[in-house]
Amino acid sequence: MTDIKHNLPDDILMGYATGVLPRAFDLVVASHVSLSDESRARLESLEAIGGAVLEDAGTADIADDSLQQTLAKIGGMDPIRRPVSASGVFPTPLQDTVGGDEDAVRWRSVGRGVKQCVLHSDEDGTARLLLIPAGRAMPAHSHHGTEMTLVLKGAFRDEDGVFARGDIEVADTEINHQPIAEPGEDCICLVATDAKLKFQGLLPRLAQPFVGI
Amino acid sequence: MLVANDHADQSHGQHLGSQMMAAIGNPEPRGKTVTAYERTDARWVTRMAAIAQDQDRKAFAELFRHFAPRVKAFLMKSGADESLAEECMQDVMATLWHKSHLYDPSRASVATWIFTIARNRKIDLLRRYARPEPEELPWGPEAAPDQADVIALQQDSTRLAEAIGKLPEKQRMLIQRAYFGDLTHSEIAAETGLPLGTIKSRIRLALERLRHSMS
Repeated sequence: MTDIKHNLPDDILMGYATGVLPRAFDLVVASHVSLSDESRARLESLEAIGGAVLEDAGTADIADDSLQQTLAKIGGMDPIRRPVSASGVFPTPLQDTVGGDEDAVRWRSVGRGVKQCVLHSDEDGTARLLLIPAGRAMPAHSHHGTEMTLVLKGAFRDEDGVFARGDIEVADTEINHQPIAEPGEDCICLVATDAKLKFQGLLPRLAQPFVGI
Repeated sequence: MLVANDHADQSHGQHLGSQMMAAIGNPEPRGKTVTAYERTDARWVTRMAAIAQDQDRKAFAELFRHFAPRVKAFLMKSGADESLAEECMQDVMATLWHKSHLYDPSRASVATWIFTIARNRKIDLLRRYARPEPEELPWGPEAAPDQADVIALQQDSTRLAEAIGKLPEKQRMLIQRAYFGDLTHSEIAAETGLPLGTIKSRIRLALERLRHSMS
């Protein structure tokens, strides 16, 4: 938990702090921050700007019985307990989305032993889980827009180095990359993309419309 | 590391409330002048502790008087109409009551903590689904909130507020709009020129200490 080498850049954390990222990216950021104290500290320092803005935002008139109504709401709410940390491979926000841990994922094969499970997809982006067998390569691809890959289990290697649990890689427009799972353990990643990926090999490209990557 | 050594002799496990009272009773840590802003924030921290420990309604009413009109203004500037903003603000303040035991004054000012609750509530209402949030730390300030850490964070928060106040008008407005959720993610520039490094290091250290106290 303390030796995470690849953290999120500040512009993405700021997008999360201000609440303007697409849903697919929110999931990856929340999952990564759950695993990285460094990114959590960065995020919380960016939220400190929000605190200053709130103090500086002026005041609005509130309803006469506002406090009474709020106290009534308090009486009707259950106390919020300190949550227990997620045990298992997936951090809490991901477990909430999947409906369980690793063993609850409904994988679909996309060929060459690679499996995926789409968790969310809308016009602003897609979030999916990917499983790459140990030692196996993902098909090389480039993409428009941004792709964020968070490692949950195992590790992969590409031009930028080795990425292990908690590490996150942010790849921008038109970067070609071909992650290869490290030997030993299958690699499970949470991936968010904000545009259709373009595969470069012939067969994978033909398969793309069916695979939905 | 410097901060950790500075405070190595601080007693841990002291009650949060008494630590906060001590913070107020000793308003000039390490010979620095304490500004009105810091003293105010120190007061909010004690009120949070009173709610967490004693379900103190008077303390809540005091926080409410200060923050409710600000939260509502923030929500209206974020695009909520008056009645939605009122309802959402009440939800935010009710959540503050129920989550008061999760508030860690060595990682956030009370205003910052309330901002995150308001932001989350606003997003959930606007998008009609619960935005994924990082998991809460499974342990918290009751383990060991160090009084000196709390004061240091208040000082950092003050410096940050002052730095925002000194920015050129145009840039200050841009930052406000960003935090009202009024800019898209491609319009946001991370380079604010604000002194965030010390706050970040401070929070990082507090997280480290919390993890250490648990292991």
